[in-house]
Amino acid sequence: MSGKYEAVIGLEVHAQMLTDTKIFCGCSTKFGSEPNTQTCQVCIGMPGVLPALNKKALEFSMKTGLAMNCKISLYSRFARKNYFYPDLPKGYQISQYELPICEAGHIEIVVDGEVKRIGITRIHMEEDAGKNIHEGGGPYSFVDLNRAGVPLMEIVSEPDIRSPKEAAEYMKKLRTVLRYLGVCDGNMEQGSLRCDANVSVRPAGQKEFGVRAELKNINSFRFVEKAIEYEIKRQIKILEEGGKVIQETRLWDSAAGVTLSMRSKEEAHDYRYFPEPDLVPITVGQKWIDDIKASLPELPDAKRERFVSEYGIPEYDAEFLTSEKAVAKWFEEAVGPGGQPKAVSNWMMGDLMRLLNEENKGIEECPLKPIQLVDMLKLIDNGTISGKIAKTVFDEMFKSGKDADTIVKEKGLIQISDESAIERAVDEALAKNNNEVERYKAGDEKLLGFFVGQIMKATKGKANPQMVNELLKKKLG
Amino acid sequence: MKLNELTVSELRRLLDSRGTKPQEVLDDVYNRIDAVEDKVKAYITITKDAAYETAKDAEQIILSNKQSLLTGIPVAVKDNMCTKGILTTCASKILYNFKPPYESTVTACLKEQGYILTGKTNLDEFAMGSSTENSGFHTTRNPWDLERVPGGSSGGSAAAVAADECIAALGSDTGGSIRQPAALCGVVGLKPTYGRVSRYGLVAFASSLDQIGPITKNVMDSAIMLNAIAGHDPLDSTSAPAEVPDFANFLGQDIKGLKIGIPKEYFIEGMDKDVDDAVRSAVKKLESLGAIPVAVSLPHTGYAVAAYYILATSEASSNLARYDGVKYGFRAQGGKDLLEMYMNTRSQGFGAEVKRRIMLCTYALSAGYYDAYYKKGQQVRTLIKQDFDSAFKEADVIVTPTSPTPAFKVGEKSTDPLQMYLSDIFTISVNLAGVPAISIPCGFTKNNLPIGLQMIGRHFDEGLILTAAYAYEQSTDWHKRRPAL
Repeated sequence: MSGKYEAVIGLEVHAQMLTDTKIFCGCSTKFGSEPNTQTCQVCIGMPGVLPALNKKALEFSMKTGLAMNCKISLYSRFARKNYFYPDLPKGYQISQYELPICEAGHIEIVVDGEVKRIGITRIHMEEDAGKNIHEGGGPYSFVDLNRAGVPLMEIVSEPDIRSPKEAAEYMKKLRTVLRYLGVCDGNMEQGSLRCDANVSVRPAGQKEFGVRAELKNINSFRFVEKAIEYEIKRQIKILEEGGKVIQETRLWDSAAGVTLSMRSKEEAHDYRYFPEPDLVPITVGQKWIDDIKASLPELPDAKRERFVSEYGIPEYDAEFLTSEKAVAKWFEEAVGPGGQPKAVSNWMMGDLMRLLNEENKGIEECPLKPIQLVDMLKLIDNGTISGKIAKTVFDEMFKSGKDADTIVKEKGLIQISDESAIERAVDEALAKNNNEVERYKAGDEKLLGFFVGQIMKATKGKANPQMVNELLKKKLG
Repeated sequence: MKLNELTVSELRRLLDSRGTKPQEVLDDVYNRIDAVEDKVKAYITITKDAAYETAKDAEQIILSNKQSLLTGIPVAVKDNMCTKGILTTCASKILYNFKPPYESTVTACLKEQGYILTGKTNLDEFAMGSSTENSGFHTTRNPWDLERVPGGSSGGSAAAVAADECIAALGSDTGGSIRQPAALCGVVGLKPTYGRVSRYGLVAFASSLDQIGPITKNVMDSAIMLNAIAGHDPLDSTSAPAEVPDFANFLGQDIKGLKIGIPKEYFIEGMDKDVDDAVRSAVKKLESLGAIPVAVSLPHTGYAVAAYYILATSEASSNLARYDGVKYGFRAQGGKDLLEMYMNTRSQGFGAEVKRRIMLCTYALSAGYYDAYYKKGQQVRTLIKQDFDSAFKEADVIVTPTSPTPAFKVGEKSTDPLQMYLSDIFTISVNLAGVPAISIPCGFTKNNLPIGLQMIGRHFDEGLILTAAYAYEQSTDWHKRRPAL
């Protein structure tokens, strides 16, 4: 971004709640079923039916609000947002408008080592719409209402975000917190987490906000950053060419990597919001709020700080390990029975993540148990295997599910720590490579590595590397 | 006397004492329908076959002495309450073929009490009107004078009860739609407290005002029907968890010392003289029974009609958005895209009054107008509620005319919506305040047209208005008169 301009960004995030049933009826919220199999008269919007609030959705919203330091409204209510669309069976969406359930919160993100607080304006509950399906080529479209009535939270940030990177970090943080709470699975690709971005730019130092564009259809974490980046550049270019940014809604086209105008301010819908008369206002007792607050799990920020202080691992490691509740759990289940924290962290951030990624698995599906890593670390510590051999053992454990001990025995991977055996190997290596010995003695000390390699090759990697080093140095004088 | 001319309580006794059978009752009801329905046109759908099926079961239940409140009693239901598998049209072309796959809570309650559905009665389309002239199918006629309207919107139910085409009926009341037709047809209509009866399955007109209630031949039946349908429903979050007494217990109690409030704002210039006279004599009659008239004031009455038409139509414009041709009901053919399909469907499917109200409040809710209309309407509503709160500090029951005029002629007001709206002037405030009210017969005009007396009670105090209405009814015989058809 040009230093002459500053971007101002606010995000509106829709998170599908992980309730078993819909927000106003008893239909299942399961994803991916046959079209219109998870519907009833209420979520289809038949005449005369009435919504009845799913208490779980209210509880999840309050949980989220409390985790994001919001004020929970003791009195809130639903409103109708009126517009016509085939995927909206009632012709209005039941949402919250004037009196949302949560207001005035914040979360913290870390960007380039700096902690930054992003305000949360409000969190409100609403129902999801269905889906229009355009296929088959006929002069009509299909409507699937399975998703109609799935509970959503809309989390609206303050315009506190200043860069695409911050926006991406904010999204990641939201996702982490939502997943910690178990209120949303955070899957952007499947649409259970959606993001609209309000983006404007202003000359650096100017107080007033610039004219904003609202970006829609940002459906992956990668695109949050890309779409906003593109939009900022687009707006700066307009300003630099002496033009004016117009207020409009723009669609992110991920294939082309651009944002395209969807509708102008003049074409914007007038949703004719008014209080929903079919639902009584929501009143929440302080006791309930306190109970929910007390039941909140340890949240990522607190966990990260604890990991640093309790386990003495670097901030970077702690940030990674606490990004997912399940990852943190795995870590603690390895550290608990005696795994050295930094060693566990290294193995997790390196080989474990690589293997999981290769198989496209989450930590929940990890075939390797934390205790198996602990046992392997013991074998390294007591010199049974070398760190290098351990990599082979680790891969094998992950693939076969066998314990390190078994693998070491079956494959004969026990480290050679017998001094006479190592000495023999060292002597052989030196005898075979007279030239290199001469060069080493003449001062080419880098060749030490060459000799180590030769010895390791001869011993199939099993020689204790420390002893090899010591012996080599001694013999080469 | 034919069985269809009896009341619910009379039939109950007769059926229970094996003096008759449900099938015989139905025979008389359907013979009457065959004889007069051509003239009255109270029904949209007649469910005769299903009724006789139910009657067989009812007979068995009675024979085994397991009968409930309404076992074997033929009841008509206004065609805006969903009845599973039975056409429910709201008198609208847009729902001409709609058979709900679910039962409304009220009809489920009636079923539980053993009722027999005679059919679904006519109404102004989506309950918007005061004469049934806005029905998308036909206009119902007043059994007392076939040239005249039965009132509305529950005109079909009121006419069916008045013409003995059923024993009792359900109506719905958003601004007077039970009480005004009851008054114009010479029967008893009760609008319970908002929240007393579940609205689940009642096709919504204005959600914050709609309330279902009975239309019956006398006050006793009103209490019995209310017993059957009142109570909290988890499917309707606006239904109140208030305790439901046995309303029959309120009948026959003394009204000595009962303070009856007479609001000066309800005796207005331009009111029909016969109506005025009848209501004043009714007050005298109540006085003679020991009640004490007190003057009360409901100062914001003059704003009620305006506020009502903003609020009710705002809700209606949104409630009716679902009729878009996509999922059920009528869809216009020939549109070239989605927008045309929507516009053609709604232009052709809705009648003029419905369209008028949708447009009115699509405007009232629009950005920039909300504060001036909807919000102002809500403020007036609060003031009207407060009016009633203070009036009920002086009086136990408020007594007014139900309608400023008796039944008017078909076509007389249908070209002037404002004149039509004013026929609800005495009933509308009650819906805005959410309080219960009953209309009972209190006399006839010189032309032999029925006149209704309205008694308004405190929230959830249907008991007291039933007490007062019953005391008055028992001391008069207006309710015993029948139209000569």
